Amino acid sequence: MYYTTDTATTPNAKIPEGDLKDKWSNFKDKTRLISPNNRHQYKILVVGTGLSGASAAASLAELGYNVSTFCFQDSPRRAHSVAAQGGVNAMKNYKNDGDSVYRMFYDTLKGGDFRAREANVYRLAECSSHLIDQAVAQGVPFAREYSGYLANRSFGGVQVSRTFYARGQTGQQLLLGAYQAMMRQVHLGRIKSFTRHEMLDLVTENGVAKGIIVRNMDNGEISRHAAHAVVLATGGFGKIYYLSTLAMGCNGSAIWRAHKKGAWTSCPSWTQIHPTCLPQAGNYQSKLTLMSESLRNDGRIWVPQTKNENRKAIEIPEEDRDYYLERKYPSYGNLAPRDIASRAAKERIDAGHGVGPLKNAVYLDFKDAIATQGKDIISKKYGNLFNMYEKITGINAYQQPMMISPAAHFSMGGLWVDYELSTNIPGLYAIGEANFSDHGANRLGANSLLQACIDGYYILPQTLPQYLAQQGKATPPESSSEAFMNAENQVRSQLEELSGINGSKTVDHFHRELGKILYDKCGLSRSAKGLTEAIESIRVLRKSFFQELKIPQVLQGINEELEKAGRVADYLEIGELMCIDALSREESCGAHFREEHQTPDGEAKRNDSDFSYISCWKKNEDTPVLIKEPLQFEFTKPTERSYK
Amino acid sequence: MDFKLKIWRQDNPQSKGKMVDYEVKKISPDTSFLEMLDQLNETLILRGENPISFDYDCREGICGQCCLFINGRAHGPIEHTSTCQLHMRSFREGETIHVEPFRAGPFPVKKDLKIDRQALDKIIASGGYISVNNGQAPEANQTLIDSDTIEQAFDAASCIGCGACVASCKNGSAALFTAAKISHLFQLPQGKIEHKKRIKNMVETMDQLGFGACSNTGACEVECPQGISISHIALMNREFWK
Repeated sequence: MYYTTDTATTPNAKIPEGDLKDKWSNFKDKTRLISPNNRHQYKILVVGTGLSGASAAASLAELGYNVSTFCFQDSPRRAHSVAAQGGVNAMKNYKNDGDSVYRMFYDTLKGGDFRAREANVYRLAECSSHLIDQAVAQGVPFAREYSGYLANRSFGGVQVSRTFYARGQTGQQLLLGAYQAMMRQVHLGRIKSFTRHEMLDLVTENGVAKGIIVRNMDNGEISRHAAHAVVLATGGFGKIYYLSTLAMGCNGSAIWRAHKKGAWTSCPSWTQIHPTCLPQAGNYQSKLTLMSESLRNDGRIWVPQTKNENRKAIEIPEEDRDYYLERKYPSYGNLAPRDIASRAAKERIDAGHGVGPLKNAVYLDFKDAIATQGKDIISKKYGNLFNMYEKITGINAYQQPMMISPAAHFSMGGLWVDYELSTNIPGLYAIGEANFSDHGANRLGANSLLQACIDGYYILPQTLPQYLAQQGKATPPESSSEAFMNAENQVRSQLEELSGINGSKTVDHFHRELGKILYDKCGLSRSAKGLTEAIESIRVLRKSFFQELKIPQVLQGINEELEKAGRVADYLEIGELMCIDALSREESCGAHFREEHQTPDGEAKRNDSDFSYISCWKKNEDTPVLIKEPLQFEFTKPTERSYK
Repeated sequence: MDFKLKIWRQDNPQSKGKMVDYEVKKISPDTSFLEMLDQLNETLILRGENPISFDYDCREGICGQCCLFINGRAHGPIEHTSTCQLHMRSFREGETIHVEPFRAGPFPVKKDLKIDRQALDKIIASGGYISVNNGQAPEANQTLIDSDTIEQAFDAASCIGCGACVASCKNGSAALFTAAKISHLFQLPQGKIEHKKRIKNMVETMDQLGFGACSNTGACEVECPQGISISHIALMNREFWK
């Protein structure tokens, strides 16, 4: 058995009392506050400066707290939130198309296949409206109608237009808004920003978070940082698949090291495989670039009717094309949610209808949209995406269809947090993609920017003070304790161990191998047999990593291979837990598709009576322990998720 | 494809660097420039040599971390393209390619091709924002902004902060970077109130950090991966002297 189950522990999600729509207000009405004069005495560390980290740091500093931020990039503005293209969802109902907070809540809950907490998801929808106000006030140039009013478009899994966008660079513009707000606080002396610093351990004393150990990536110095609270905003770990849409530096190390200090990890196997990415073209490739889901507003997805078709796309007549999403899901068509669109693509590719040199892609065609709307309109909506596509592939998508393929993208799983975004370790918070959050088993498009912002701007600044207030009068944080010393020593010895292996294979070799195992066995489709094989293969790979790794033996100064080695060492453990999590969940839900559990027509088959819970994995010597947080549906009734 | 490479190697900020010759063979034309360097690094590591340090992160042209000076041009031969979006098909078979870091006084080299660009963050910190605290914002549609204005503001806001403008400028000026932020915020009604203070603070900070003056050669505009126009510099200058 790969895990044990602890039925005696029931996680306390701390959901406030009251009706669904009153819960967040009820929390805010009763939460304890800290007087403005006293706030500067409390020190808060924010690790990661993407959208959630930067917005949280800025908001906390504006309130008067003493904040330090850490990021591995050379500037906070480069965090991978910058790459989100298509948009951010918000309930404004500017289109008068029937949108409401409840509808947005329900779309998100259903999109996640009823594997998220009702109260969290409702709050996400409830806070969304003000985010747009705040972003506009910061100067985020969201698209406008000719009249000067804000424009909207649609994203997958919904039937209204609630997505706000800034060309295909919405993430960049939102991040710059948060980054600028953060830099304003740096200028005012309320935030101390540590760039090129990577967190290598969490320090706890008597089970309470007290600080972190970080490494300066420019000179190799290890330092201790003590605080009253630690916030992890370190993003997702989809890069574990090696080939993914993520930035090269994205990693799971901060949350994994917190996990090893006792924080629970929830649903790590729920990885979103994004349907519209550039296909793999060769072994040298380092990433699979995402093409925004917004393209599915106007692009039609198809494959040739005949297997192993050799004609060029533009030579294939209409009657020989299979618009499979429109055929299988007529009411949502090309805007079916991501998990469904990805699986449908895989099914067609596996059945021999794939296109491109490696037969691993499907077409995304703008022919009809250009014919009806004109090239200028399409260019205005997606011009930068078409340019990007041409830069990478050399193909002009105004003249022939794009070729796209599914790729690892977003981690719905992450550190377990309660309603207040606190992990089970007091004083340790997780926000944005780093937590397991509100997306259930499948995230809807344009909800990740939303969640990162809502966690950082609206929730954490309201919930964290409650924890600080409970501590009473603030005493200056101390980093000289035994716990800090032990954590630092452990970090140093791990770095020495990694650099001292002196084998014959590079870090990337191991990362690529791990990625292959996970794509094959713990990707779009999973089975008990495959997962068991994957666990065994990962164990063998991990053993070989610690015997055969070769990196430059430099501990001082810049050593990128050492940084990568630490991350891959963690990935080799995270990967195993992902497979165990997938193995333990004997149902299909959202992005988690177990071959054993499907309907006769190949759709995901959920099992609410046995698996309507969030898995919370607790670290234990060799065998992880599964704790279950049951999901209660008081205000909705989980139904079969159909987009037909 | 085969290539000869001449790459800048420098151990640390204090040491003296030099160009070192390398060769790479059998590179697919669809390999990106950075992936070609990845392959070279794998060979170096396995030979027990120190791999070449260079900056990168998103590898999709938006984070602004990558910054190589290739054959004498910031981000290489293709216009409006960051280094990570450059592919080997843009070079000739057998070509000798020179690879250096972005060079400018305020961008010290950390190691090999990696540079320190914190100066750009300092310019933003000195005023590159609208001073609105979280919670203060009014309803978004209360301020109407016509779509042309938004598009123009967006053109300026699309800066990725890579520093190609500085590296391409014979004066090492950060005028395009600074002007892009000033122009982005100035064009929006909500950014106008602080405009005077913002422009003064940002321009002064830029000067204090040791960036050179702009002499309107336009080199920055040519090399900017986002194609940001020098008309924003004109706007900055006009507004600064008002």
